[in-house]
Amino acid sequence: MTAAVDAVMRALFAPGLLASGPVRTAAAVGGGAAVVCAIVGVFTVLRGEAFAGHALADVSSAGGSLSFLLGASPLLGFLGMSALAAAGLEAAGVRRAQGRDLATGVVLGAGLGLAALFLYFDATRTSAGGAAVAVMFGSMFAIPASTAPVAAAVGLVALGATAWLYRPLLLSSVSPDLAAARGVRLGATSLAHAVVLALAVALAAVTVGAILATALLVGPAATGIRLARRPAGAFAAAAGIGLGATWAGIGLAYDSAGWTPAHPWPVSFFVVALIMAVHLAVRGRAGRPAPALPGDGGEG
Amino acid sequence: MREPGLQTSDPGGEGALALEVEDLRAVLGGRPVLNGVSFALEAGRFCGLIGSNGAGKTTLLRTILGLQAPAGGTVRIGAGPAAGPRRGPPAVGYVPQRVLLDPDLPLRARDLVALGLDGHRAGLPLPSPARRRQVDEMLAAVGAEAFADQRVGRLSGGQQQRVLIAHALVRRPPLLLLDEPLSSLDPGSAAEIVALLGRLAAVQRVAILLSAHDINPLLGEMDRVVYLARGRAASGPVAEVVRGDVLSDLYGHHVDVLRVHGRVLVVVAPGGDVPDPAGHATVVGGREA
Repeated sequence: MTAAVDAVMRALFAPGLLASGPVRTAAAVGGGAAVVCAIVGVFTVLRGEAFAGHALADVSSAGGSLSFLLGASPLLGFLGMSALAAAGLEAAGVRRAQGRDLATGVVLGAGLGLAALFLYFDATRTSAGGAAVAVMFGSMFAIPASTAPVAAAVGLVALGATAWLYRPLLLSSVSPDLAAARGVRLGATSLAHAVVLALAVALAAVTVGAILATALLVGPAATGIRLARRPAGAFAAAAGIGLGATWAGIGLAYDSAGWTPAHPWPVSFFVVALIMAVHLAVRGRAGRPAPALPGDGGEG
Repeated sequence: MREPGLQTSDPGGEGALALEVEDLRAVLGGRPVLNGVSFALEAGRFCGLIGSNGAGKTTLLRTILGLQAPAGGTVRIGAGPAAGPRRGPPAVGYVPQRVLLDPDLPLRARDLVALGLDGHRAGLPLPSPARRRQVDEMLAAVGAEAFADQRVGRLSGGQQQRVLIAHALVRRPPLLLLDEPLSSLDPGSAAEIVALLGRLAAVQRVAILLSAHDINPLLGEMDRVVYLARGRAASGPVAEVVRGDVLSDLYGHHVDVLRVHGRVLVVVAPGGDVPDPAGHATVVGGREA
């Protein structure tokens, strides 16, 4: 498997790509984050909680920026804040869609305010803007190798919990009424999904950045859902798109070192651009809905 | 509060009791909705639960299901113990009101039926021939084989109702509850669903309790009726309940039951307990289509 991937990567991308330690770390952590986000994201999209996912990511930026200030592991910072925000939103327990959106918006704003404070301290202390860019938009080639084992553990916990809760999660995402009638405990299922979502978002934040985490969470999942008729197909398609976009993005960013003077382009840009391109291609292939039906374009 | 004249026991008692509701009381938002409702239903019966909006039909169904705790009284399902709020999968199939299924849902009709079988269980569903056979049998029983592999959210309203009924029945519960399943269907599809439920009650020996605000689409198929008004119920065979004297007792006001062209019109005189802003005679449960 690894040999096959190596052969493909070698054929596609510049020499030296796979010999680079930072590239290997980026491919491992980024690929893992993409798969976890795709799987968890399918549930998030089905539950109509994309905005909550985005809010968790934004709030997690406060933790990420605090980690930079303290010199701690950014992953743990992202993780701490997103989990705290998820627990807070669930504790607020707002079930109505509008009230939930408002609570989410308020929490999101508060989190970004904290991030602004910590990043300002970062900037004044180090007189460099690097932390802000890394926290918000990711810096994949700067992920320390020591992050990989922690990220792997976080990812395995997220995937394991999702597999364990697969059927209650799916049924309650399809219809809470049906799930309640089937004996599914909606509150516990919702809380579990929020915690798993916090883990996925922290992984995304440490790779493509807190602001762009939504792209990794929602984009591949939304495309996979559109492509597949059955749940397993949606998960497989979403994971494939997320992983493909992340690895291709890493390769392109590595290649881009010679495109413009002095600097390679950021990985996050390529990853997000590829996810968007695949989504548009799938929507186009599925046939453009008649312009007279604006309702069909509502998601996205 | 029970009025003996309103209760009609089933003579013969050919089937075991699938549902026994006794002196049930329920409160919704501080307002008493059910004030001592009693009725029983045997296996294989198809029973309509009729009442105007706000009469407590959904509350009664949710209380039977265990989703809402009763303020008093008992609910007995099958041979099981009296039920309060339950944990785990109840032995009751349920088709809720207005299930909105997104057209893009990556879920085939057969996947939704399979979730009726084990949607509450932890862990990934492993493919098993027994599981697949149970799902196939249920899809066939509701006439959904033709669209079993299509996305469930893209099926017509009538097709979705069939799939939801299969989802509710695949565990072969003794009791099936349906909350206003006909309200969003055209008359043709509604008649098909009613005929299907009549067949399922007879063949699968499941007791069916279906709520509706209009009694007429059910008339050919249902053999029992529960009328809800003022927090109380009148129940029994259709001919014994849908009568002027019985319903007058229930509504606490003079009620006429008119039978016109094979349809039933229940007319409450002005000033009755049924909301009637216009001050004219109110037709209950027999609205002309």
